[in-house]
Amino acid sequence: MSRFETVIGIEVHVELSTNTKMFCGCSNRFGAPPNTNTCPVCLGLPGSLPVVNEQAVRDAMKIGIALNCEVARSCLFHRKNYFYPDMPKDFQISQYDEPICFGGYLDVEGGRVGITRAHMEEDTGKSTHIGEGGRIHDATHSLIDYNRAGVPLIEIVSEPDITGPAHARAYATELRNVLRSLSVSDVKMEEGSMRCDANISLREPGGEFGTKVEIKNMNSLRSLQKALEYEEARQAELLESGKSVTQETRHWNEADGETHSMRSKEEAFDYRYFPEPDLVPQAPPLSLIEEIRSSMPELPASRRARLAEDWALTDQQIFTLTSVDGLLDLVSDAVERGTDPVTATNWATGDVLAKLKTDGVDADQSGLNGHKLADLCELVANGTLSTKLAKQVLITVMETGKGPGEVVEEEGLAQVSDESELAAIAEKIVNDNPGEAERYRAGEEKLLGFFVGQAMKATRGKGNPQALNELFRSKLSE
Amino acid sequence: MAITPDDVRHVAKLARLDFDEAEVARFAKDLGDILEHASKIAELDLADVEPTAHPIKLENVWRPDELRPSLTPEQALANAPAAEEQKFRVPRILEVEEVGE
Repeated sequence: MSRFETVIGIEVHVELSTNTKMFCGCSNRFGAPPNTNTCPVCLGLPGSLPVVNEQAVRDAMKIGIALNCEVARSCLFHRKNYFYPDMPKDFQISQYDEPICFGGYLDVEGGRVGITRAHMEEDTGKSTHIGEGGRIHDATHSLIDYNRAGVPLIEIVSEPDITGPAHARAYATELRNVLRSLSVSDVKMEEGSMRCDANISLREPGGEFGTKVEIKNMNSLRSLQKALEYEEARQAELLESGKSVTQETRHWNEADGETHSMRSKEEAFDYRYFPEPDLVPQAPPLSLIEEIRSSMPELPASRRARLAEDWALTDQQIFTLTSVDGLLDLVSDAVERGTDPVTATNWATGDVLAKLKTDGVDADQSGLNGHKLADLCELVANGTLSTKLAKQVLITVMETGKGPGEVVEEEGLAQVSDESELAAIAEKIVNDNPGEAERYRAGEEKLLGFFVGQAMKATRGKGNPQALNELFRSKLSE
Repeated sequence: MAITPDDVRHVAKLARLDFDEAEVARFAKDLGDILEHASKIAELDLADVEPTAHPIKLENVWRPDELRPSLTPEQALANAPAAEEQKFRVPRILEVEEVGE
């Protein structure tokens, strides 16, 4: 560890999952063919006029309230002017000194993080750089798709309260959990519906803020943490060797695990903000703010507290259940059908999650649902399946969507619990292995495992291990 | 309020406008005159007056979150000087470049 204190602030951009764009009725659908969701407003054609999407304003307030912010009684949109082909108007409609929400906080592992503001703006178009390596400076030209131009965006700015890369990740993770619980965005970092930029500087403990560097282009929570770790070490090294940190923007490169300087040819950023003359002030009536406040869904922190109390789960289990899309729903549905919460959670956070990760799919895309998970747990509880066989059945259920009972039947996987059948097998094994039987009787009790193992082999894993344990114990003490 | 030729050059650069020296001098004077005129307002006592971004008292003009027809891509690209793969083709972007360590 270096002797410096790390200071981090994070800006998060979240695309809202409204039906339409921020200022026009074009579809806000990800992945449509290029330039099919455009109109005179989002193409910036002369004479077109923006009109605010009410749902986006509601979502912005919902986010602000969830982040313990104050909702402004009046706020404005501003034009942020810059020349870049991703915005055909040559300006972005954003909020400047009067954001819709401000002054909140979010409690995360590692400490509370202040929320400076959450404001509304519009997303930009998507550029593809054509030429070697697809990189901007090698490009011969660029192609622009304006489907994303005008998509409603909420920018959430934190206070510089974050004390290190792990704290930053905890903040971004919890923020994503909160946003997901509000159903305002699908918050997928890899698809860009949630994007994190971070400002990081080092200082002497308790001293003045150091020079900050902005880092961009992190497309997962993991790379957010890795980029900050890299940057923290780079700055510490500069300072330790008596050099100074340059204020700049750096790009995280996932491939080489380093940040790289972005040189701007514009002398100084001067966005010449001014109030958007085509939009009137936003003054959400108190009644609307109250309506939203009273219909807030349960937030992750309170849900976690409830799970700990009602279901007696560990912090780690709760964290996993609430951080992975669809897992909690899966367990809740199984519990509703009578499955023990701890059992259902163990499956969900163990084998189910492992299989989802292997296949790279979300819980709702797999063949499993709460009903089937409950059935599977029941098959284990009533002795039809050993845990080992159940794991096998689970894989098939997740891959095919068949019910566990159906899979057991089709593959003949039911555990053999039939006493007489097992007794015959046990008898044969004891007779075939007189030496081991002798040693067991002489007190070498750990050989019980050997006998059970032989029986499992003979039944191709379908013998009920508990029944076999009992059988051998009594047979060998005869 | 005086506007210097440098102020004019700075603003012109941000707006991607190119002026010769005579124009710079003229705009410095014109812009200065406009600000001079507006600064008369500062002589009044405006402590109780809200800043006015809009002359009409109108708030919260919202539309429901309902789909409206978009243009076809052909229509959208009709005025584009160049298009490729159903996208707008623009010259290479020089503003920002990535540099090594």
